[in-house]
Amino acid sequence: MISIKNLHAEVEGKPILRGIDLEIPDGEVHAIMGPNGSGKSTLASILAGREEYEVTEGSVTYKGKELLELDPDERACEGVFLGFQYPVEIPGVSNLYLLRAAVNARRKYHGEPEVDAVEFMQMVQEKIAHVGMSMDMVKRGVNEDFSGGEKKRNEIFQMLMLEPSLSVLDETDSGLDIDALKVVASGINRLRSPERSTILVTHYKRLLEHVVPDRVHVLYQGRIVRSGGPELADTLEEEGYANLETDEAAATS
Amino acid sequence: MAAHEDDVEALVAEREYEAGFVTDLESDTVAPGLNEDVIRFISNKKNEPDWMLEWRLEAYRQWQQMKMPRWPHLHYPPIDFQKISYYSAPKSAKDKPKSLDEVDPKLLETYEKLGIPLREQEMLAGVEGAEYPTSGSNVAVDAVFDSVSVATTFKKKLHEAGVIFCSISEAIQEYPELVRKHLGTVVPRGDNFFAGLNSAVFTDGSFVYIPKGVKCPMELSTYFRINAENTGQFERTLIVAEAGSHVSYLEGCTAPQRDENQLHAAVVELVAEEDAEIKYSTVQNWYPGDENGKGGIYNFVTKRGDCRGDRSKISWTQVETGSAITWKYPSCVLNGDNSVGEFYSVAVTRGMQQADTGTKMIHVGKNTKSTIIAKGISAARGEQSYRGLVKILPSATNARNFTQCDSLLIGDKCGAHTFPYVESKNSTAKLEHEATTSKIGEDQMFYCQQRGLSEEDAVNLIVNGFCKDVFQELPMEFAVEAQKLLNVTLENAVG
Ligand SMILES: Nc1ncnc2c1ncn2[C@@H]1O[C@H](COP(=O)(O)OP(=O)(O)OP(=O)(O)O)[C@@H](O)[C@H]1O
Ligand SMILES: [Mg+2]
Repeated sequence: MISIKNLHAEVEGKPILRGIDLEIPDGEVHAIMGPNGSGKSTLASILAGREEYEVTEGSVTYKGKELLELDPDERACEGVFLGFQYPVEIPGVSNLYLLRAAVNARRKYHGEPEVDAVEFMQMVQEKIAHVGMSMDMVKRGVNEDFSGGEKKRNEIFQMLMLEPSLSVLDETDSGLDIDALKVVASGINRLRSPERSTILVTHYKRLLEHVVPDRVHVLYQGRIVRSGGPELADTLEEEGYANLETDEAAATS
Repeated sequence: MAAHEDDVEALVAEREYEAGFVTDLESDTVAPGLNEDVIRFISNKKNEPDWMLEWRLEAYRQWQQMKMPRWPHLHYPPIDFQKISYYSAPKSAKDKPKSLDEVDPKLLETYEKLGIPLREQEMLAGVEGAEYPTSGSNVAVDAVFDSVSVATTFKKKLHEAGVIFCSISEAIQEYPELVRKHLGTVVPRGDNFFAGLNSAVFTDGSFVYIPKGVKCPMELSTYFRINAENTGQFERTLIVAEAGSHVSYLEGCTAPQRDENQLHAAVVELVAEEDAEIKYSTVQNWYPGDENGKGGIYNFVTKRGDCRGDRSKISWTQVETGSAITWKYPSCVLNGDNSVGEFYSVAVTRGMQQADTGTKMIHVGKNTKSTIIAKGISAARGEQSYRGLVKILPSATNARNFTQCDSLLIGDKCGAHTFPYVESKNSTAKLEHEATTSKIGEDQMFYCQQRGLSEEDAVNLIVNGFCKDVFQELPMEFAVEAQKLLNVTLENAVG
């Protein structure tokens, strides 16, 4: 699905990613963990095409295409979805309006006709049921006055509507109560299929108990310093990131 | 189809008859300059009664004592009022562009995007020989409608309801008592410099009269005012709503309008008697000039509504995207007890456009209520000021006002300024004011783009969301058009 090679990136001259190598085959779910400030959101943003980060070295191939050469909206239409760590509010624009525009943008990109209004609403009805949102809520302004947890549900709702090939979910599990966590987890599992892949950025093992990842990677100071199976999350939860210094030394040598 | 053609013929005949009336006079245009003779010429040309001429002359005398306002936050070269021609019949062929090739391509591009057919484009751009079958009627934007047949059925329906809707020139002839009773009672001749000038030289405009208790059966649109030739420069509109009547009036159109006359100074007066309600919606899209601001319209407008009767209501809704310079403060004087004034506005400035707009709410009666929602959008090097006055007189016990001014900046070379003035002379008044300035956030843009929207669609989406509170006050089709217009206006505003 996606292949990241020796990715270096900086913001305002400050290096943040310092050589990331990551390979995610079709159908796999990979978790990325790591301490605050290690570069997880930076990596997610770069994959989605945020301009403020400058890629200084390396390459990203996605479905055989040079991902870094595409505009953010092209990447989205090619099936890359970013679940934001901090979803923004867009006052006065209803969630449904944005979503319909998003669905139609994709259709247009692929040379398909616009979505039929009835069909679209049926899809909405079905997907809001999965994430436990009400029609009233999705008619409100985009994330306008949504609680932290509601914003995260909304990200999952959007993901279910857009059915991306590659979902990059940046701490979608943070700040959720137990029920919401289950909703988010089942949303992710619902889309799990041999032709879709997911990158889960998370701090906590509890999401990974519901969405069992194929691989777990640890990002530390802009590098992946350790990779392993689901059991790596348990180790990290027990030991914390204390031993990472040595890992990094090992990774550089 | 045949019936329709008959209508056209009837109309053409009527029109020629009218035209025959004026060609008796020796010339169709006066030389630039303003003096009492010019005013006599205009009045004569329009076959006006003596009182009307006297009224104009008095306005002219007052105007000579007045000075141009210096306080707006606008920059433009001084206007030489002796260099302007105050009367011209339909433009002579030599002044007109010979074909669309001579018209600003940007303008044409906009027509295209608004979906206006070629023939209409020629009309709007004032191309020589581009005219409607009804010979030169200025029903520009009937792009979507068949102007003649619609206008005919329309007139019939209004007549049945007792509503008068005609040009002010016609009203001066046909309903002189009504005009004389109300003209200048809301905006007196000496009110301000531009109103004074307009009172002296106004060429045409609309007159609307809604009798007691009548709900106007349809929205009145300047689109359908078929005898609207050459009203652009000094337009004068008077709307009178008798007790318990209702009317919704639409002015302007979304297609950019070009005019040879750079200076525009309109006056609009609204009178609402007891329990009457007037809703006045405007879409203003005069040519803003090229990207250096050259050739754009200077638009100095005085619009005021008088809530004369108890429980009357006047509501102004405007979407302003055109003109090089806009100076405009639709206002309400809340005389009647429990009367209500509203102002909803979206103003866009981009390129070199400058706008100084806002509103005045003057509370006189008891329990009067006003609402002001002003949304300003500035892009490129656009400069925009909101200027609002809320005045509570000692008599206005329990007056209330809610004001909300929001500015949205696109890019960092544009500016937004707010000047809210409050004068309260009654301690029972309750006033609320909210103001925000925001930039279209990169975060918002990126969020939309990540969902697949192009940069342009993302801007449109965010801007339309920003304007929602105002758009929902517009009549339905107008709102859709206004939204489309805004999108076209802000195209290429980012990046
Ligand atoms: N726009 C920016 N300007 C300056 N520094 C930035 C910017 N964006 C990120 N950084 C810095 O880059 C580093 C990595 O940030 P990033 O948000 O990727 O961390 P993270 O791993 O997602 O952390 P967290 O777990 O707290 O979400 C941090 O030191 C952060 O301060
Ligand atoms: Mg982060």
